Amino acid sequence: MAATYQIAVIGDWESVMGFRALGLDTYPVNSVEEAREKIKELAKTNCAVIYLTERLAKDMEDVLARYKDELRPAIILIPGQDGSLGIGKNNIQRAIERAVGADIL
Amino acid sequence: MANITVSPTRMELTRLKGKLRTAQRGHKLLKDKRDELMKQFLDTVREVRSLRAEVEEDFMKVHKSFTVASALMSSEALEQALLYPKQSVELTMTFQNIMSVNVPVYHFQTKTKSDSDIYPYGFAATSGELDTAVDALGKVFQKMLKLAEIEKSAQLMAEEIEKTRRRVNALEYVMIPDTQEAIRYITMKLDENDRATTTRLMKVKDMILKEAIEERQAQDAKAVKAFGKSGEDPAKV
Repeated sequence: MAATYQIAVIGDWESVMGFRALGLDTYPVNSVEEAREKIKELAKTNCAVIYLTERLAKDMEDVLARYKDELRPAIILIPGQDGSLGIGKNNIQRAIERAVGADIL
Repeated sequence: MANITVSPTRMELTRLKGKLRTAQRGHKLLKDKRDELMKQFLDTVREVRSLRAEVEEDFMKVHKSFTVASALMSSEALEQALLYPKQSVELTMTFQNIMSVNVPVYHFQTKTKSDSDIYPYGFAATSGELDTAVDALGKVFQKMLKLAEIEKSAQLMAEEIEKTRRRVNALEYVMIPDTQEAIRYITMKLDENDRATTTRLMKVKDMILKEAIEERQAQDAKAVKAFGKSGEDPAKV
């Protein structure tokens, strides 16, 4: 398990450019389709964590659901340039509902 | 919903009893697993919620800095400044087993050791705001990675809990009652058979006895008759 993995950041250019300075792999995309393709591509390579802006995530529920139960990659939503849309928080809520059967927190 | 298609034999009864024992033990184990997983899951979820709130807040600050930086610099210059990263991150992943759920644990290593040495550009041509933004982003990144780790764990655990919960319920509300019902059915059927046999035996015994008595009576009557013919009244003998 000594293999090294990559961390990718997908989003609009303004939101992702800063991550480039940190040495993460940034993939600026302009459309949902592009992001979808990119995630599929990255999932096949050695990419462990994908940070995705919420604005893109809003329209690609299917892709998120597809990788939700996989060990790799972990798709984590981050707020983009235009602020938090609450999708990330919503997803936690949904995970609770799934596990417990009711919203208890 | 009883399953009446079982054949009421002793062998089947033994088999079902074994099955019931296994089911009950499995039920107990799975229930324990579910409870423990739930406990861990809720802990994780609480952590995720607070960390996510923190990260989102930090992100707003980072974006604000970047907005200011991009206002002060042309987008070309900004892109050029960030084009070639000095820092690079290597991520290794190990697994931790929480109640049979494999959750990832990330370890990352940065190429340049010092936090203050991450700026991939010269300070002369860029605005100071960019430094602030990159610095803030570097700080939030650690939290982001932690968030990725526990959020993924929460998702994986949610899946496992759902599965375990279904299993527990299936055992508790379908498998165990059905087996118990079948066992009751067989026991009753076997008891009924026993009683039927006993009654039949009693009846047969009655019939044999009755026959024997009748035979005896006939013999007695015959003897009395023979004795009566010889002269005296049998009542006086």
